Amino acid sequence: MEDLIIIGAAPAGLTAGLYAARARLKTVLLEKLSPGGQLVSTDRIENYPGFPDGISGFELVDRMRRQVEKFGLEIRIQEVTRLELTGDRKVVVTDQAEFEARAVILACGAAPRKLGIEGEEALTGKGVSYCATCDGPFYRDQEVAVIGGGDSAVEESLFLTRFAKKVYLIHRRNELRATRLLQERAFASEKISPVWDTIPIRITGSTAVEGLDLKNVKTGEVSHLPVDGVFAFIGYEPNNALVRDQLDLDERGFIRTNHDMETSVSGVFAAGDVRSKMLRQVSTAVGEGATAAFAAEKYIGSLE
Amino acid sequence: MGDVLQVTDDSFEDEIIKSDLPAMVDFWAEWCGPCKMVGPVVAELAQEYEGKIKIAKMDVDKNRETPVKFGIRNIPTLIMFKSGEVVQTIVGAQTKSQLDEALKKLL
Repeated sequence: MEDLIIIGAAPAGLTAGLYAARARLKTVLLEKLSPGGQLVSTDRIENYPGFPDGISGFELVDRMRRQVEKFGLEIRIQEVTRLELTGDRKVVVTDQAEFEARAVILACGAAPRKLGIEGEEALTGKGVSYCATCDGPFYRDQEVAVIGGGDSAVEESLFLTRFAKKVYLIHRRNELRATRLLQERAFASEKISPVWDTIPIRITGSTAVEGLDLKNVKTGEVSHLPVDGVFAFIGYEPNNALVRDQLDLDERGFIRTNHDMETSVSGVFAAGDVRSKMLRQVSTAVGEGATAAFAAEKYIGSLE
Repeated sequence: MGDVLQVTDDSFEDEIIKSDLPAMVDFWAEWCGPCKMVGPVVAELAQEYEGKIKIAKMDVDKNRETPVKFGIRNIPTLIMFKSGEVVQTIVGAQTKSQLDEALKKLL
């Protein structure tokens, strides 16, 4: 039996792993793909302290991984298929093995939210994208639309200006939600054209994206915008499929915890993007990972 | 990880289209973080399926013709081929078990 199982090896899970390894907890760190989560899709992290020149998401994750491994914790690439969280023995079943542990930290993250409009599903991979750093270079000298108004939408729009000749930033309100600094950069870019009070209602094209049908939410007016690509950054959905019926979630499905990251089930903790909270950043994820590991250690100690 | 067969615009026809074995090509680029997450998985599968399925990678930054031919606009994209025909196209980072399932269908 393990002391602790951590699910997810992105900033929250890797930090929890670092603290757990140093606390000499018998720990298993599980990751379904490879370390990094959403962070690896980020071109440059400028708001994680300690890196004044910024750092690529991939490199930051790689450094975190090396730090965890240095303290002897190995990341196992296995996909969790079932969780039994109640009671003193938590059961974690993966596609390869079955584990038992006293405590579990859920650091399973979130995934980009879909637009939920006609054409999105059929044209994913054909011009609909959720990762500007992956797909931006395919749009050299073309025109693209970015949907959203938060940090991700604005950051990715700025990234896309390196390739695209025009970036329409389509937002349902008449002001952006993004950090002021990012807004200033966006408004200073000649390539970015904001389209206010507007939502997409349909993505058009048969073998590739040809355009977007838009609706002005104030006037109700419908228009068509020819674009070669559509990038959606309208927020995140929690990866909660495994715990939906076992834990208390908020109205959007994120896992509720107390200040010590403990969920509604004792011995089960949550950290990072999957947790119900106001701000989803690398800087918040690592703090929560550390707290969750420390709280788990206390909890395990209390069982003995 | 570096052992996976790298195909180019020039070698694609011979290596993949005319391949006697079914094939899977991982279209990737250095700039793409999620591609680097899939990379090690593809490398492992290349070993496991050696002699049964030809598993290869193509750097879309260095090879511009083939990705255009297959309409690739997102990476990672993984395309499965059988007798030179596209059997399945998978877009986005996948877990090993998801890819394994797709590969089993190719056999």
